[in-house]
Parts: sequence; structure tokens; C-alpha cells
Amino acid sequence: MIKPKTEAELAQAVADATGPLKIIGGGTRDVGAPVTGGVLSTRGLSGIELYEPGALTIVVKAGTPVAKVEQALAAEGQRLPFEPLDYRALLGTTGTPTIGGVVASNASGPRRIQAGACRDSLIGVRFVDGHGDAIKNGGRVMKNVTGYDLVKLMAGSWGTLGVLSEVSFKVLPVPEAAAELRISGLSEAEATKAMSAAMGSPFDVTGAAHLPEGVGEGPDTILRIEGFSASVAYRAKELTKLLAPFGDVAVEHDPTQVAASWKWLRDVEAFATRDGAVWRVSLKPTNAAVFSAMLEQNDLEHQAIFDWAGGLVWLLVPDEGDAGAAVIRQQIATFGGHATLVRASEATRRAVPVFQPEPAPLVAISAGLRKQFDPRGILNPGLMG
Amino acid sequence: MDMPAPNPTVLAKKARIVDRLLAVLPADAVIHEVEETRAYECDALTAYKCPPLCAVLPSTTAEVSEILKICHEEGVPVVPRGSGTSLAGGALPTADSVILGVARMNEVLETDYDNRFIRVQSGRTNLSVTGAVEEEDFFYAPDPSSQLACAIAGNVGMNSGGAHCLKYGVTTNNLLGVTMVLMDGTIVEIGGAHLDAGGLDLLGVICGSEGQLGVVTEATLRILRKPEGARPVLIGYDSNEVAGECVSDIIKAGVLPVAIEFMDRPCIRATEAFAKAGYPDCESLLIVEVEGSDAEIDEQLGLISEIARKHNPVELRESKSAEESAAIWLGRKSAFGAMGQINDYMCLDGTIPVSALPMVLRRIGELSKQYGLDVGNVFHAGDGNMHPLILFDANKPGDLELCEEFGAEILKLCVEVGGCLTGEHGVGVEKRDLMDAQFDPVDLEAQLRVKDVFDPAWLLNPAKVFPLNATATRRAA
Ligand SMILES: Cc1cc2nc3c(=O)[nH]c(=O)nc-3n(C[C@H](O)[C@H](O)[C@H](O)COP(=O)(O)OP(=O)(O)OC[C@H]3O[C@@H](n4cnc5c(N)ncnc54)[C@H](O)[C@@H]3O)c2cc1C
Repeated sequence: MIKPKTEAELAQAVADATGPLKIIGGGTRDVGAPVTGGVLSTRGLSGIELYEPGALTIVVKAGTPVAKVEQALAAEGQRLPFEPLDYRALLGTTGTPTIGGVVASNASGPRRIQAGACRDSLIGVRFVDGHGDAIKNGGRVMKNVTGYDLVKLMAGSWGTLGVLSEVSFKVLPVPEAAAELRISGLSEAEATKAMSAAMGSPFDVTGAAHLPEGVGEGPDTILRIEGFSASVAYRAKELTKLLAPFGDVAVEHDPTQVAASWKWLRDVEAFATRDGAVWRVSLKPTNAAVFSAMLEQNDLEHQAIFDWAGGLVWLLVPDEGDAGAAVIRQQIATFGGHATLVRASEATRRAVPVFQPEPAPLVAISAGLRKQFDPRGILNPGLMG
Repeated sequence: MDMPAPNPTVLAKKARIVDRLLAVLPADAVIHEVEETRAYECDALTAYKCPPLCAVLPSTTAEVSEILKICHEEGVPVVPRGSGTSLAGGALPTADSVILGVARMNEVLETDYDNRFIRVQSGRTNLSVTGAVEEEDFFYAPDPSSQLACAIAGNVGMNSGGAHCLKYGVTTNNLLGVTMVLMDGTIVEIGGAHLDAGGLDLLGVICGSEGQLGVVTEATLRILRKPEGARPVLIGYDSNEVAGECVSDIIKAGVLPVAIEFMDRPCIRATEAFAKAGYPDCESLLIVEVEGSDAEIDEQLGLISEIARKHNPVELRESKSAEESAAIWLGRKSAFGAMGQINDYMCLDGTIPVSALPMVLRRIGELSKQYGLDVGNVFHAGDGNMHPLILFDANKPGDLELCEEFGAEILKLCVEVGGCLTGEHGVGVEKRDLMDAQFDPVDLEAQLRVKDVFDPAWLLNPAKVFPLNATATRRAA
């Protein structure tokens, strides 16, 4: 394993590489087509470079443990707005999640619907491309349109365009209070309607999810609001009124309970102990219920958790054959959106394209970008297809 | 500022190019008479002008594709244009270029309140996007001051911001998808009504690419439900340092205002003379706006005022009504107009870390004396996006050059303190030659490689964003 301690060492390691590299941070996000290659770890690049609470910005080396970043922010009453998910439980991985891994996978939790994704909070990157050049883009300020935005391009590129060495974020204050609203017994179709109603209200919902029967105490539709105490109380009351047509609303104000509930959802812990393949499906929110019904009609046995008010579906299916790929992707093709096979046996992941195949012109652009950034094809080759 | 010499081969075949364009477009959509092309000779950076070879005004994505195929075959540079309000010369033509204006493409294609998005043709103006959803109490968040005129096309081109982006983000954070035509005429769909990319985040790199990667013809935009209300507080201080500290303390206290605007004395005086908003005559003025229900607003304004008081303000005025809010915003909203009354001005747009604010303002003051040109500062303080307005006299020989030199000094200062050349207006031609101050050659090379992929012939808006010497071989190839 190569474990550079500085960006210069990292650049040298990439330049000197004679074959494919499997790039890992904590190795906890083992998603994508399996990569064979010499392991290159970013864990040696660790530490907080700069943190200015008054400017809401933090600059961190890519191999820094996420927990360390979150602790530093918490000490100043701040946090990463996008609520990065921790894949360990779902994927059964061990190790220490790194902040670079969060960026490489654009890992965004339930708050994505209100605060944006990881790529939206990301304001700067440094990375080493396949030429072995150390490149910077963006910076440490929130507003920056100087040149092309490679920051967004690097987020979610799973190490296939470059090895991240440093990342900068816009952060936000942790609100004083939070509450969870719960309606039990809704069908998937009713749940998406209820979530749309809540999201279309002025009450600044920061989480909207539906847990089906067999998951937790489901069927449960849950919403989260955050802010100053008086404001949370007020909005909980208003939302309860607004959602009355859908059923009784139970409100939880205990901060520990609320936090635990949304962490459990964020990390898809419900599927952690269940066998099967797991898909992460991104689609137009109101299509979530339609999508699930279509799978039913096509006899694909499944369980679906809706996050992002329906815009994100975590799908558990039997890890057999193509793990439902043909049916799932055929449905997605009619709706728009995409499906990623985040958990499956290595055999399935070799047989089924893990990322949604794209139309030819986009395939050409993505392949062109990979060729420009990594002409030797050595950075996580094949991971994204 | 240099522009590349026009390609004589292209100039020589103007008639043929116009004929080919006329074959795929209605006659009134091809503007080729020399007097008429003048309407497209510049954008809002009026110091630079050059009529294009011709201008085309397509009405559909298919027409855009036809136009680009022709230009691609003929090797003609194309400059995409929305409303031409760019302050960076992003839509400035060269004599051998075709201006591709999307102004006629202004329809709303789909509104979906359940899924909170709107799909529009890209020529639609920013304000009329909100206009299309206002009845249902929704809005489109990015709100550049030019929103009455500027188009979504240009907003996507420049990744434009606005006064409220501290809370809602800039264009890229509110853009879900685009229909775009590549230089060879290929039509691509990127993103859609869903929230994230399935493969590489191409949408992220297209937004802010200043018309160099493709022509955006449609956009899917996130719309939001309007907050119940919004009200500002106006706070005046006797020193920029103290005002800067106050901003930092507000942010640290856990309130997230939708806007924190900052004006300095020269700007306050100019706007007072112009708009008579009743601002105090002080060193620096903050306008901090928060949103929510009446009670929520009161609580947040109370907290902000409490913080502000600790710094001994010379004035503190919490708005209690829509009229009072309008009065507080009046001066800020007329700031550019007010400065324009005094003289010609150049509006800069560098961003700095908020902590560097007092130092940078002091340095700008010193430079102002050194160059003998007045500067007013009005900007988005919450995110450090400065807007120094340098006053000059366009009729006085040498004044523009002096002003540009002064501007370059300020922008380099922004980079030196850890910021950047442009926070929302874009690089265009204006900051093109300063890119070396912010980027090393490898950083620029990585960006040029992206353009190589989308536009291998380097025909789309080729003389912008990057220093000309860095792109010379690519443009010549
Ligand atoms: C008084 C005033 C106030 C302003 N205030 C703000 C502000 O608060 N915030 C802010 O961010 N900006 C501001 N601006 C700058 C300007 O309005 C923005 O940059 C705006 O987004 C430009 O939009 P436009 O439609 O006029 O684009 P244009 O000026 O026509 O073009 C801008 C850029 O986008 C490219 N482009 C245009 N159409 C397309 C297309 N279809 N596909 C691909 N690329 C395209 C062009 O080639 C060019 O590079 C202000 C300008 C003025 C004059």
C-alpha cells in the first residue's frame, strides 16, 4: 500500500505508478465495479488546515477522519450542512471514513433537500490528476466563479479523475432545536403527497422520508424541522395543521431521539442487517411511489425507503441474477433519473453496470474527461463503468 | 485589452455563412446588415465594442442545433448571448463571430409544484421565472440585481448570484438540469427533475462555463415556497473594522440571515444624494435581512440587534413593516444607479475571506488616493463578495486605463488574502488576463482540457476566460 504524507509525495506516487491504482480513504465506501490495482491510501494526508467559524469555512486535508472534522465544527457550534452518510453499516465495511471519501462519493444525507448536497457545500479542492500534477480549483470563499467549476466535477467522481488531497467547505451553525413529526400508516402514494405538501410549505422542512411496512415501526412518514426553539415549536404546530388531512401527527422534541432517528435513516441502517442487494435510486420525488408500484407489477420483490421527500429511494432486492437491474433501469428510463447498485456481491457488481448507463453523447463526454485527466487510465479504472 | 485578430477566411465568406443560416432560420432571425449588428456589439461592459459578423435569434433547440452545425462546418466562432448584461464582457463579439442570442426562447415549458421545479427556455428573464410561479407563492431564489433584464441563459453561463445567496446559494445550487447543444450540433440532456448526477457531475462544470462548453437552450430550476415574511435591520457603524466584527459575530451566533449587505461611506453618501433613503452619514452600514413568520423574524432581529449593540452602532433600525423594509432597501438597491450618476464606473467583484474585510477596505482606500480615483464599496458581506465601484471619466484620455490598473490591483489583493478574482460576474474578457494571479499553469491547463472535450475546435466564445497566450495554440489549431 502506498500512503503518501504530503501532496508532493502523492503527486510523485501517481506519476511513478506503472499500473492501475485503487484509491482509498478509509475504505468504507466500497461502491462501484471492483477495481484491481495497487492500493493508494490518502490517510497519510490528514489534518485541518484552516477553520474560520466567523466566515463559515473550513479547509481540510482529504485523508482526515470525518469524525475529526465534525468534532472541530461541533466545538464551535457548527456542522457540515449536507449530513454526510456513513456507509459502514450498510456495506459492512470497517475502517475510518475520511472527508475525501465523502467528497469523492458526493455523500449527502436527508438534509440534502434543504441545505444542498455535498457538492453544494464544497467550495474548493486540491487534487492530483493522472498526469501526476497537483491542481487546485475553487478556494476558501463561498462565492467564486473564477474559471471552470472543477470542484463540482470532482465531487462524486469516485477518484476516477484525480486523487483529492484537500477539500474546503462552507459550513453552517447547528440550530438550537429540532423536532420530528411522524404520521403512521400511510401508503407510499399518500406518503409522497404528504411530503410534497410539507416541502411546498413555508416551514423550511429539513428532512422528509417514508419508511415502509417492515422497516422500523413503518409504515411511517417522518419530517424534520430545525431552528430556534420557539420557531421549531411554531412550525411543528403549523405543519401538524397542514398535514391533518393525512392523519394524526406525533411530534418528538427530544434532541437525542430526533438525532438518532435521522442518523438511522441517513445511514440506511434498516437494510444493514438484511440480506440482499441495495440500490440507490434518484428520481423525481412524486415518482417514488409509482416506481415502487411498477416494480411490484413486474414481480420484483423489494422494500423501498423514500428519503428526500421521495427523490431518493433506497431499494432492497434479492441479490440474485441481475439484482433487478433490467426491471429497475427500464422503469428509470421512462421516468428520468438514475439507479446505482451500491451493495451487491462482487460477482453481481462485475456482471451488472453499477452506475446507470448514460446516453451516448454523455458517455463520450465523460470518457473524454477521463482521458484528459487520466490518460493512462490508472485512477480507479472501470469503477464508474 | 487585446482580442485575437479576426480570421480573414471567415470574414471573406460572410455572404455564404449568412446564406446558409438563412436557409435554416426565418429571415428576421438573421441579423447581418452592418448597422443592425451594432445592437450586439457589446454587453454591459460598454468600454469594449465590436460588431459581430452577424447575429442569429433562434426560437427552438432544433434551430440552435442547425446554426451550430453550420458554424462548426464553416469554422466560425460563436458567442452565446442571453440578455447581454454581463459586466465582464462575456458576450462581447469578435468581428468574425456569430452572436447566438436566445432572447426569443422565453417560454415556460413545465411547472411542477409537487416536485418544486420549473423548466424554461433559457432566454426567459430571471425575474419572469419567479413571475411564473408567484401566484402559487413560489419563487426562484437566485436574484441578481439585474434580474429584470438578465436571462437564465446568462445566469447559467456566469453562475450568477444575488443578494439572497447566503441562504439559498447561487445559480449552480438551484439548477437541476439543462438541455444544451454542443458546438457540433449534438443536443444533450443533462440532469432533470431529480436531485443529483448519475455519473460525473457535468451540470456542475457547465454552470459558470461562460458559454464556452455548449449553448444552453432549456433549464430545469428548483423553485421554493416563499417564506411567510422577511424584514431587515439597518445598522450603522463608525468604522469598517467594527462593522466587519459585527458580521462575523452574527454569523457565529447561529442566525442565518438571508442577506448581509454592506455599504461604505462614499457609497452611502452617493446613494443618499440620489435616492434619499434616510441613511445615517456614517463610515459603514449593514443591512441584515431575516425570514420567517412575524414572531420568528422578531426573535432573529432581536438577536441580531443585541449583537450589533455590543459594538456600539451609531444607528440601529429594525424594520417593523413592509414600508420600513422598502425604505431600508431603497438605498442599497439604487447604489449602482447612484454611483452612475456621479460618473462612469467600473464594478469589480472579487471575493475575500470575511475576516480580511477591514484590511482590504483600508488598502482599497489607500490605493484610491494613490490612483486619484474615488471608490465606493457596496457588497454581500455575509459571503465576502465585494463590489468596489471605481469612478472614472470615460471622456478623459487615459482614465479608463488608470481605472483598469487600479481594479487589477484590488483583484490581486483579493487573491492575496485568500479570495478570488470574481464572485459572481465571471471572468469574460475583463479578468481574463489576471487569471495567472490566481491559478498556476497546471490549474489552467486542467480547465482548458475540459474545453478540449466539449469543444475540440475551440469555436465557442474562444477569446474569453483564459489569458490569450494560454489558449493561442488551441485556438489556432
Ligand atoms: C446593473 C447590473 C447589476 C448586476 N447585478 C448582478 C448581481 O447582483 N449578481 C450577478 O451575479 N450578476 C450581476 N450582474 C451581471 C449580469 O447581469 C449577470 O452576469 C447575468 O447572469 C448575465 O445574464 P445575461 O442573460 O445578460 O447574459 P449575457 O451577458 O448575454 O451573457 C453572459 C455569459 O453567458 C454566456 N451565455 C449566454 N447565453 C448562453 C447560453 N444560452 N448558453 C451558454 N452560455 C450562454 C455568454 O456567452 C456570456 O459569457 C449585473 C449586471 C448589471 C448590468
